[in-house]
Amino acid sequence: MNLIECNDITLSYDHRQVVGHLSFSVEKGSCLCIVGENGSGKSTLLKALVGLIKPEQGTITFAKGFTRKDIGYLPQRTEVQQDFPASVEEVVRSGLLNRKKKGFFFGRQEKEIALRVMDELELNDLAGLCFRELSGGQQQRVLLARALTSADEMLVLDEPATGLDPLATAELYEIIARKHREGMTIAMVTHDMEAAIANADVILHLDYDRSFFGTTAQYLASDLYRHIAGGTR
Amino acid sequence: MMGLRQLLSDPYISGIIWRGLAVGGLVSLCAALLGVTLVLKRFAMIGDGLSHVGFGAVALSALLGLGGEFQMEFALPIVTVASFLLLHLTVKGKLKGDAAIAVISSSAMAVGVIIYHANGGMTADACNSLFGSASVITLSQKDLLISTLLSVTVMVLFMLLYHRIFSATFDPVFAAASGVAGAGYQAVIALLTSVTVVVGMKMMGAVMISALIIFPALTAMRLCKSFKGVVLTAAGVSLVCFVVGFIVACVAGLPTGPCVVVVNLVALLAASFMNKR
Repeated sequence: MNLIECNDITLSYDHRQVVGHLSFSVEKGSCLCIVGENGSGKSTLLKALVGLIKPEQGTITFAKGFTRKDIGYLPQRTEVQQDFPASVEEVVRSGLLNRKKKGFFFGRQEKEIALRVMDELELNDLAGLCFRELSGGQQQRVLLARALTSADEMLVLDEPATGLDPLATAELYEIIARKHREGMTIAMVTHDMEAAIANADVILHLDYDRSFFGTTAQYLASDLYRHIAGGTR
Repeated sequence: MMGLRQLLSDPYISGIIWRGLAVGGLVSLCAALLGVTLVLKRFAMIGDGLSHVGFGAVALSALLGLGGEFQMEFALPIVTVASFLLLHLTVKGKLKGDAAIAVISSSAMAVGVIIYHANGGMTADACNSLFGSASVITLSQKDLLISTLLSVTVMVLFMLLYHRIFSATFDPVFAAASGVAGAGYQAVIALLTSVTVVVGMKMMGAVMISALIIFPALTAMRLCKSFKGVVLTAAGVSLVCFVVGFIVACVAGLPTGPCVVVVNLVALLAASFMNKR
């Protein structure tokens, strides 16, 4: 079953078209990796999936019973966060807003969701620490925890491993792979081609009018991949 | 120089002093709460820009011959419009935020000064709106009413929207994806900041009101590791600094605004020192 279907969509960023006439779908339980050069519209595409921007043309259709509230989103880290006074627990809890339809405060059940996720991602020891005091890898784990706190069905991750050391990168991909094995649907932007090929069931390579969409095996056999692999070796 | 006890023993003077304490304390509280999100979002200078716009508006109201008691009503809509304009410019990125604020605030300032000069020179009025009333005697019952309404509104909204404000301040993109409308929330913050600036300007003066917004948040950020801690500490620090500054001003016969700013500065330096150790 397809959770999301994008049909012939065109997307713009800063009044510039970055994605043109793109069609693809996200199957329930799959791991989709989105690759492509800088400026190819990867982040813009994720923003469209979580409803932050509307396609200029084409349609994005969600499966029946599946809504934006079922998507946990991990945007790129921002500069403001680097010296922000917030405890790890506060950041993780802020994911709960995505589950709320109304009301102003978090109930006991909601707080338990946040505690469970922090336990799972081994953040309990950091709970009272300040976000700005954490290493890059820890910060990213906290933001992943926030995404997991906000939804159970699907994760949308924007370059989760950017700027992390190899160990932290491996740890983060391991958590993502585990959530995938547990049945979560993943859509992840990465510029780490090896990680994409190792983790993805399906790959979307954005390249304005000759984008590729297919299984990882098909991608490895594609001209686009051979062109890139040839270019880097 | 009279002692505080002597001042308070006169019912007329003590009425004025209590009113000043109430108005200033409430405005300090609002300014601190709004200041936390403004400072964290890098909008700190908006308060400063808005107060200069307020100065221009007050000058304009003097030119139009409006009495002092209607200055607030006249300035408020102008400052509110300016706040939306500043936010729009900052968010849309047409001009860089700090540059946009500098353009608007120095223009408003220049127009204000020109108006005062054309209108018979820099009078005591002009001085008051720039540097704050020399005494708190100019605060009226209406100021007390408005500042009470304002602070109740700010505190209730802040409590109800606390989690949303945190999310939108920490990560506006994530917050928007969770359905927290950034634009609406920013408009509310801008409106409340405008009211705070206009009400506070009378006592603190146009060039110093932004200290009430910026200092307590900075002080609290040096002492606390959580957002909740920063919010509560900023509110507490702001209130204490105001009361201390106000009492010093009364006893020493100095203007209120500068005294409050200096006490806030001392608190900020002390917090920085404690943070360093």
